[in-house]
Amino acid sequence: MGFVSRGFVGRPEAREGTVLLPPGQYDIGGGFPVLSAGPTPRTALDDWDFTISGEVDAPDRLTWQEFQDLPHEEVTVDIHCVTKWSKFDTTWSGVSLDTLLDRVETSADYLLAFCDGGYTTNLPLEDVTGGRAWIVDQYDGEPLEAQHGGPARLLVPHLYFWKSAKWVRGLRLSSVDEPGFWESLGYHIYGDPWREQRYAGD
Amino acid sequence: MARTAIRRRLTWRLATVAANASEARAVHRLSLRIDGWDGHLPGQHVDVRLTAPDGYQAQRSYSIASAPESPTVDLVVQRLDDGEVSPYLTDGLRPGDQLELRGPIGGYFVWHAELDSPLQLVAGGSGVAPFLAMLDHHAAAASGAPVRLLYSARTLDDVIGHPRLERHAERGIGVTIALTRDQPPGWTGLSGRLTPQIIRERVWPVDRRPSVFVCGATTFVEAVADSLVEAGHPAAAIRIERFGDVRGARRDSGVPTTRR
Ligand SMILES: Cc1cc2nc3c(=O)[nH]c(=O)nc-3n(C[C@H](O)[C@H](O)[C@H](O)COP(=O)(O)OP(=O)(O)OC[C@H]3O[C@@H](n4cnc5c(N)ncnc54)[C@H](O)[C@@H]3O)c2cc1C
Repeated sequence: MGFVSRGFVGRPEAREGTVLLPPGQYDIGGGFPVLSAGPTPRTALDDWDFTISGEVDAPDRLTWQEFQDLPHEEVTVDIHCVTKWSKFDTTWSGVSLDTLLDRVETSADYLLAFCDGGYTTNLPLEDVTGGRAWIVDQYDGEPLEAQHGGPARLLVPHLYFWKSAKWVRGLRLSSVDEPGFWESLGYHIYGDPWREQRYAGD
Repeated sequence: MARTAIRRRLTWRLATVAANASEARAVHRLSLRIDGWDGHLPGQHVDVRLTAPDGYQAQRSYSIASAPESPTVDLVVQRLDDGEVSPYLTDGLRPGDQLELRGPIGGYFVWHAELDSPLQLVAGGSGVAPFLAMLDHHAAAASGAPVRLLYSARTLDDVIGHPRLERHAERGIGVTIALTRDQPPGWTGLSGRLTPQIIRERVWPVDRRPSVFVCGATTFVEAVADSLVEAGHPAAAIRIERFGDVRGARRDSGVPTTRR
């Protein structure tokens, strides 16, 4: 082994939990930190819509009510934030991206999720289909709070949590992988926590 | 928007502790010497990684508190008594010790000295760390940008970098300190929390089009950012860095989850 920090032993409990944790992460337990680059936007539900645009046969637009009427699924997943905390067994309810993407025809391979406040994040379509991603509007049985991304956010639990864009308003499909907000600012283009892909080049 | 992408690979490297000195109550300034450090932009952070003899590792992020012009890369670390990493950094490290880190990281919460639009900094507690780097850089680069710092701390003993801030005030930086818990006799700064009204009064007015940076614990940052938006500052002009929520970070029991 390489470098050892003189005198560092670490928290004993932290070590026991590590098999469930991607490298470099720790279990935040009951906490749920909030992270974003700017102020929390507050969009009235009457003004909210969700669009799927870009390289599609015909763009799709859903109002809040139409989104509510789509079948919702409850999912319990572990989430991993690039700022090192992980949270086990978080429960969300939302619409599978399979359901949403079934509404359009596309030959695109990537999407850019866009959000209130101007945030974007890029994802391969492969990673958001097959029951691996949702647009969620409930956390722990309650409407999703604005500071956690409400009224609706993306949930892509197998990637670092910045990919689970808050305040999401739509998806732009494309044949090219265009870097989103953090991805243009030095964060990893893909963001797999198990391969510790935090920053560009990891 | 300024986009300073880090396209370089960020590799772990060893820094040598040059000094570890108390900077305020439970806060230490770690001055690090790092061979081949290519410099940084004020506002960026580093990731620190500690390794135990059995290979167990813990990583945390710390803002760089020194200007790019400084011969050392400094971190200002607040000790959380029951924290895993911060007590090691504040109390465990001695000059000559080595510390593994990588960086600089982050291209959004950064200030460029070429920008001469008014700069507004709003800090809660140790959230002042990246602003110490910005202010020192402002001085070293002889920037013409007018700057105000609004800084909330619990008591005078908790004010980080006080002498440094006084020197910046002397050269024309608008430094306002609000003490939330108690104030010494004759205190001429603000008392109590930063209310929406104080924020309206003390932050550059909206028509001066300031760039606003807010840094601190989540609850602080949320409240300040909401007040700024209410006061009419465009959301796109407000940049936020959250150090985490100390209270929110408490675990249920301290027993790690083994369910899956
Ligand atoms: C971009 C960025 C920049 C940052 N810059 C700075 C900086 O400049 N200066 C600075 O001081 N900090 C900074 N931070 C915060 C820093 O990264 C750490 O989060 C902080 O130092 C705490 O780490 P720790 O290991 O000491 O505490 P942790 O071990 O992570 O604990 C954090 C809190 O959780 C609670 N806790 C943890 N484990 C348990 C348990 N088993 N039981 C009960 N409670 C528990 C503790 O009460 C503790 O207060 C920054 C964070 C980010 C994301």
